[in-house]
Amino acid sequence: MPMITFDGHDYDCHQGETILESLTRHGVLVPSACGQGVCQTCLTKAVKGKPPVESQKGLKDTLAAQGYFLTCICKPEEDMELAIADVSKGSVGITVIEKQMLNESVMRLRFQCDEKIEYFAGQFVNLKHPDTDLVRSYSLASLPEDASLELHVKRVPDGQMSGFLHETLQVGGRLSLDGPAGDCFYTERDLDQSLLMVGVGTGLAPLYGIVRDALQHGHRGDIHLFHASLAKQGLYYVDALNALAKQHENVHYIPCVLHGDVPEGGQQGDIQQLVQAAVPQLAGWRIYVCGDPEIVNGLKQTCFMAGASMSDIYTDPFV
Amino acid sequence: MSLYDELGGEASIDAAVGIFYRRVLSDAYIKRFFEGIDMEKQAGKQKAFLTMVFGGPNNYTGMDMRVGHKHLVEKMGLNDTHFEHVLAHLRSTLAELGVGSDKIQEIINIADSVRDDVLNR
Repeated sequence: MPMITFDGHDYDCHQGETILESLTRHGVLVPSACGQGVCQTCLTKAVKGKPPVESQKGLKDTLAAQGYFLTCICKPEEDMELAIADVSKGSVGITVIEKQMLNESVMRLRFQCDEKIEYFAGQFVNLKHPDTDLVRSYSLASLPEDASLELHVKRVPDGQMSGFLHETLQVGGRLSLDGPAGDCFYTERDLDQSLLMVGVGTGLAPLYGIVRDALQHGHRGDIHLFHASLAKQGLYYVDALNALAKQHENVHYIPCVLHGDVPEGGQQGDIQQLVQAAVPQLAGWRIYVCGDPEIVNGLKQTCFMAGASMSDIYTDPFV
Repeated sequence: MSLYDELGGEASIDAAVGIFYRRVLSDAYIKRFFEGIDMEKQAGKQKAFLTMVFGGPNNYTGMDMRVGHKHLVEKMGLNDTHFEHVLAHLRSTLAELGVGSDKIQEIINIADSVRDDVLNR
């Protein structure tokens, strides 16, 4: 009889009983609605134990890869520990090993971790201020096998964390992070699928990881990477991305600006309209959109209306 | 055999949700009710609803419909006309999927039976 650990308590699960039924029988109320594995209201993460494959039906592949499942159709085969919200995996100490400005306001920070953390390229971590209880999320631009973690931090006017990271923290300085978290990353399910990636501002950071991760997996389909900024000064990694596009003929890099000078090979205008004009039909495509939440949500809808399936749209809105 | 099985089960519901949700979001008269909401959660709810009206496995009670639309009725004036637009989109979705007109009417009748729950009456 498998035991289910949730919120510090153990609950037994009868033969043939779902986790939702077991928890309900024990008087533990968790969110649920359809009871049929359809509406996904009861989505829960297994932090220990492997959920049966049937309990992950219909889930986005990036959620299933992280151990998410549906309690209402999960008949556990082994002991499992659950977390409703994405729990912290505990803090890891990190040391700054590089600070480098990428443009006038975005800094690349590289960190060495005290212990290796497992992540998918494109996930985010929560940085903790060493002296206050301030926490901010930043997406990883590095690849899991890299020796260090790479984050892109934009200096925000009056921003406490970005001010600390840009101005106070020095190379050799210490802080801690928890995570990783997030479901915007590459999975190897169709190497020939066309990929659309749109990053706004430092929304390029996760995409810089995801695009290289896709290529490492041997992705063969076309990859269209749009990087949007208000003006040319806000773009960065232009040379690196042009080099990547030159090296891989399926990679197309399109720097976009709302105002002013347009970089070579780039476009000017509203990013949603530029994407719509460049790729009006997205049926069968896989989409990654990261950055400003308003633009991300707008593009998510635009891409869905252009034919992309909801299960093929991955987003990381920077809230 | 339920229409759910006849159409091919879960895969048909996924196809229907895609068509239905796109139609609803293209309708200028009702799309404001869908602004700023989590599209994935919304698609999940539509999937559960369509599973119910297609006669698939469901656990429909009406409570979710009431709670989910209460603020739209109270704050944004959701009414019968809006509900009928949604029914019309369901009708054209079914037609696009090749469902026969008798079956369509049967499904529309089931969908129409949740009207009072949606409008919190």
